[in-house]
Amino acid sequence: MSSAARDFGFGPDEELLRDQARKLLGDHLPVARLRALVAADPAAAYERGERPAWDEGLWKQLVALGWTGLAVPEARGGSAVKMVGIAGLIEEVGRHALPSPLISTLCASYALRAAGDAAAPWLERIAAGASATLATTDAAGSWEPGACEVEARPEGDGCSLVGWAHFVQDAFKADLLVVSARLGDESLLCVVPRHAVGLTLQQNHIHDLTRDQATAHFAGVRVPADAIASREGVAALESAWPAMLVTLAADLCGIGEWQLQTTAEYARTRKQFERPIGFFQAVKHPLVDGMLALDRARSLLYHAACCIDAGDPEAPVAARMAKSAASDAGAFLSDRSVQLHGGIGFTWECDVHLFFKRSLHGQALLGDGVFQRRKLADALIGPIGGARP
Amino acid sequence: MSEPTLRPEQREFQEYARRWLAENAPPAPKFRLPLSAIEVMTVAQRDYLQDWQRRCYEAGLVGCDYPTAYGGGGHEGFQRLANLEMSRARVPFLINLVGLNMAAPTILVHGSEEQKRRFIPGALRGDEIWCQGFSEPGAGSDMANQQTSAERRGDGWVVNGHKVWTSLGHFAKWMILLARTSREHKHDGLSYFLCPIEGHAGVTVRPLVKITGESGFNEVLFEDVEIPDSLRLGSVGQGWAVAMTTLTYERGAGESAGGGGGDGAGPIARLVALARRSRRGGACAADDPITRDAIVAEAIAAEGLRQNMRRARVPALCDHPLRLPLQQKLLSTELFQRCARLGVEIAGAAGTLYKLDAAAPDAGHWPLAYLNSYGGTIAAGTNEIQRNILGERVLGLPKTK
Repeated sequence: MSSAARDFGFGPDEELLRDQARKLLGDHLPVARLRALVAADPAAAYERGERPAWDEGLWKQLVALGWTGLAVPEARGGSAVKMVGIAGLIEEVGRHALPSPLISTLCASYALRAAGDAAAPWLERIAAGASATLATTDAAGSWEPGACEVEARPEGDGCSLVGWAHFVQDAFKADLLVVSARLGDESLLCVVPRHAVGLTLQQNHIHDLTRDQATAHFAGVRVPADAIASREGVAALESAWPAMLVTLAADLCGIGEWQLQTTAEYARTRKQFERPIGFFQAVKHPLVDGMLALDRARSLLYHAACCIDAGDPEAPVAARMAKSAASDAGAFLSDRSVQLHGGIGFTWECDVHLFFKRSLHGQALLGDGVFQRRKLADALIGPIGGARP
Repeated sequence: MSEPTLRPEQREFQEYARRWLAENAPPAPKFRLPLSAIEVMTVAQRDYLQDWQRRCYEAGLVGCDYPTAYGGGGHEGFQRLANLEMSRARVPFLINLVGLNMAAPTILVHGSEEQKRRFIPGALRGDEIWCQGFSEPGAGSDMANQQTSAERRGDGWVVNGHKVWTSLGHFAKWMILLARTSREHKHDGLSYFLCPIEGHAGVTVRPLVKITGESGFNEVLFEDVEIPDSLRLGSVGQGWAVAMTTLTYERGAGESAGGGGGDGAGPIARLVALARRSRRGGACAADDPITRDAIVAEAIAAEGLRQNMRRARVPALCDHPLRLPLQQKLLSTELFQRCARLGVEIAGAAGTLYKLDAAAPDAGHWPLAYLNSYGGTIAAGTNEIQRNILGERVLGLPKTK
């Protein structure tokens, strides 16, 4: 396997997995079903603060198919699907805006996979069907692997956790939280069940109707020794970061493809001035520009995934390029998807806002396009004020 | 650097090409070489470049995938590698751009056996330079609105009309010519000819001067120009379909007969180097966050273009077979244009200096490249037309016309 593989390493197995996902989600989560789940009542989420519903029955089916174990090594009971395979599957997840803890579980798995032997039992639990999410972000929303304000205090042969973790994704859907915590000079990754004593989740009121998000408060949460998955947590997170970026980029690409196809369909059918509006270049050309941006992101996505599979040292750069391009394509397609639908696109009854909001949320996670480019500039040009040849 | 999926003979060929180019790269000429084949102005430039193409051809780096009967190498999957190695070696470009990328592939698809044997070898070797006669004063984006006529007279045709934007016309022996053979039908009234140019009675080639101050393209006038019927390519009335084959190759969707020239990473490295030695607001331009963002945005676009070309060869990752190939011309010309303009911006006050000024950064490359970039975004179907084609053929939107 090489990062230069002509087909990105995307072979029949990966195609089959992607096509199964497309069929399954197409059957069980058509957009009308999604709407009924998450947007039946506009006041529910935005006025009364209720968390949008999600299809736990469908999730159980996905778990039964082994989706929680996609990124878990085979020795731990997972299927160790290649990153290009996960990218293909997550594109379908994005295309259907699936509310689920899948993306969070994958991101937590990447971190645990990088954490070493102590994480093995937790990976086995995930492969057996447990969902998980990362609690690694501080109050400022810093997207640095080392930023976390949870403190670990020694207690017996384990520790106890005190403090806050912010912007925890899909927190109310996840069985386990993978918490980044400081213990003196050490950075730990601790695994905490969502219902652990001393852990409370405060729901964030977010605009995305297909996710949930919370602030996690740790008031002396007991962590036994076997729940300390790593004592080099920042290093584990750093090596897992490219895979997380690729996963989020894949979701954005899938959302973008839905936005492109749905808006093109509208432009083919909606008539004004006795013609379908897609006849007019003010409509046609922006749709093409959205396609160009999306295709760039998709190509960079599979390149980055292939680099990760090959262990190529370029993977961190490739992954940031993919997330930057996917975030920008997502922003552009979201914008045009509402605008080109005209008045109806501005209403709750039109589906475009569901994807608009999921994309907007995803653009921010782990840093938007500008954020990634700033990191890339350090890698490609050198740090600001650095030595000049 | 070699791809793992290559066949052994491809790998061997790639190594041979790399070695040959390292050993045989020509010494720099005493005069300035233009950026590309469409800016070749002087006889000295032509002779130098024609000699280089002949040497590349004789070394087996041009026309590698063409049948041996037509002067090719008879291989498969070699040309792409030769092109890649020519780009990497930064050797001069091949002058017979129209011959290699448009005339030869179109003749291979639509030509008679006799036409293939007669014309392809000279195009590959570069002995016979070709130009393209599609555009007219009234037929630009609306290419089917051809007014140049070819009328039957005896066993041949008589051509009258006016072609414009004819790159290399002043050095061309031959032109691929689209002409109207019937006024009854717009598209179906066109036919495609291989028309002699140099020294041919009734043909006048006049240089046009571009916004850069350079010539390199021309207008070509036809006054009762006689050509035999044996120089017709394809059937009478089928010229539009033949021209579409040419455009497919011109826009980069097909594998060409020979390449060279720039690779996507080149301009990015040059922009970074320029920023490092330019000043902006009293500090190094490479430390300016907005300049950094702009350079990285283009680095992402350049990498995206390379990965698009790779993904286009993976059917499982392409929803529509034309979706990526039809983007190529549009994306590459706009990337080139944005990079050139960014270079002018980064140079700041020195961005005002043009090619004669000794203090001009990179010998005036940035403003010259920026001005020239409009050739790319306008030629071969303007990028607005490319957006129409993508919208119509890939997204299924109604045809603008």
